[in-house]
Amino acid sequence: MSLSLLKSVTAAAVMRNLQGPILEIAGLRKDYGDIEAVRGLDLTLHFGEIFGLLGPNGAGKTSTINMITGLVKPTSGSISLKGIDCIAHVKRIQGDIGVVPDESNLYDELSGFDNLVFCASLYGMRKAVREQRATELLETFSLSDTGKRPFKAYSKGMKRKLTIAAAIMHQPPVLFLDEPTTGIDVESARQIRLLIKSLNRKGTTIMLTTHYLEEAQRLCGRIAFIARGRIVKTGTVDELLGGLRSDHLLHLTVGGQADQLAAMLHQHHPSLRCTEKGTHVVEISSDSPVELHPITAFLSGHGFPVYEARRVEPTLEDVFIAVTGINAGELESREKGGRKR
Amino acid sequence: MNQWIAFWNILKKDMRNYYLKPPNISWGIIFPVAWTLMFFLRSREPLDIRALLPGIMSMSVLFGTTSMLAVTITFERRGRSFERLLLAPVSINLLMAAKTSGAVIFGTFNAGVPLILSLLWTDLTGVQWTVLIPAAVLIAVTSTFLGLFIAVSVSEVFEAQTFSNFFRFPMLFLCGLFIPIADLPWFLRPLSYVIPLTYGADMLKEAVNGNGVLPVQLSLGMLVLFASALFILSIRNVKRSWIG
Ligand SMILES: Nc1ncnc2c1ncn2[C@@H]1O[C@H](COP(=O)(O)OP(=O)(O)O)[C@@H](O)[C@H]1O
Ligand SMILES: [Mg+2]
Repeated sequence: MSLSLLKSVTAAAVMRNLQGPILEIAGLRKDYGDIEAVRGLDLTLHFGEIFGLLGPNGAGKTSTINMITGLVKPTSGSISLKGIDCIAHVKRIQGDIGVVPDESNLYDELSGFDNLVFCASLYGMRKAVREQRATELLETFSLSDTGKRPFKAYSKGMKRKLTIAAAIMHQPPVLFLDEPTTGIDVESARQIRLLIKSLNRKGTTIMLTTHYLEEAQRLCGRIAFIARGRIVKTGTVDELLGGLRSDHLLHLTVGGQADQLAAMLHQHHPSLRCTEKGTHVVEISSDSPVELHPITAFLSGHGFPVYEARRVEPTLEDVFIAVTGINAGELESREKGGRKR
Repeated sequence: MNQWIAFWNILKKDMRNYYLKPPNISWGIIFPVAWTLMFFLRSREPLDIRALLPGIMSMSVLFGTTSMLAVTITFERRGRSFERLLLAPVSINLLMAAKTSGAVIFGTFNAGVPLILSLLWTDLTGVQWTVLIPAAVLIAVTSTFLGLFIAVSVSEVFEAQTFSNFFRFPMLFLCGLFIPIADLPWFLRPLSYVIPLTYGADMLKEAVNGNGVLPVQLSLGMLVLFASALFILSIRNVKRSWIG
């Protein structure tokens, strides 16, 4: 009787804990000389969630992760993990976190298996335990066949998977992943997303950074948009999309140059926002339902047939653009050219 | 307790990956043999191996240790694998101790090679082993920590190597091994006494031939002092510039 009471009390405590914050960041700043990489960032990570930090290159994602994990000292601000001050006592929290950096940082000349075993030794794990877990993880990540090969002989996707395996050898309750699927093949990226989800189901709290909107949408319970070193908006996918859902959004496939037609349409119907969405696709958005007939009549009257009209849901990309003022083209060119801000 | 698992595995990995690689092992053997041969060919008189031993031991240690950390630290930093270590719940002091202990062991081993070789040629009775062994180990420690200080102050491997030569050759010149300190120009003499090798070499001379000029206790104390200062400065550098 008293035992079951105790059980239910602890269960309640656990439940409460599961809901609370695990990581709290306030007023975080990082200056590298004149460059303000992070400029007053606040965020809270909850127990058991997958949290996405989403933003273009140079937004300050890596700097933020590095400050939390102890690789970079903040210029000012506070970070606390499970109530422990990460800046003053970083060594006390490092045992509880796993870190997957944006680039693999394992040892080229060691085999996959040896890399895992070595990494675990840094967390004080005993030899037999380390070796058993390494074997299990190689299996989980479908790397058993290549476990004996040196790390430098791995493909990019395999390297990323092994780097994730190395980060979770010591079974950390919190895992940080910096751009986990950037620059690797589609199949490995898919496997990694599945692994992230399965880790999370088993109770790992996860924070990841990405500049892929779609990835954040697929993986994360909550998302924070980061731009120019600041969080500009945080929320669940639904919350973020909610603001735009009231919009009425329409895609027209037309027999003409979309940019010209968009301009013509807007001139004729000033209440509609018209933009080019593809060579032959015009996007129309409006606060009220869009009446189709006048539009199609207007366009075909000028000799441009309308082949298709589709109602579309706003995407995170739309939200990102609405909130940050950074458009997708810019996001893309930053990514390709590696141009910073 | 847990931290020592990390310490031991870092040391073991460095040993396996760097120090026990054939080029390093052969270097440790060829180097002292080559120096002995060089002196042998230069001097017309019959070779006094015992007189040469302190110098060759010191050089073997110096060359075996100072540039090793260019590889085990600077190289790993460039490849980013050093971040692994910084991310681990292991104090920076213990981490650096683990990274340097490999070089210290390697350096001490390098001192042992000329010693063993000279056993084949000459009689080593009368050598004060209780002075010789700590001297060899402490020369290895101070020159490793000098290498550490250089390795943590630069970011490229070639810089680390260039800088260690920048220190090594003047040190050999000034430490009294080849030119007695008393014969140096007066303005260079003070420099001799801020070089740890001076004290280590003097202890070796005293141990092998009984002709050291400084009290052994003083040399011992100075070496410990140098080692601590270099280690503390290096750690400060690491904390300031790597976790920056
Ligand atoms: N070590 C550094 N020294 C100088 N500037 C840096 C350093 N690291 C990052 N930066 C700058 O800080 C800004 C944020 O970089 P980063 O945190 O890497 O962004 P993200 O990971 O979102 O791409 C960029 O302008 C970048 O050039
Ligand atoms: Mg980044």
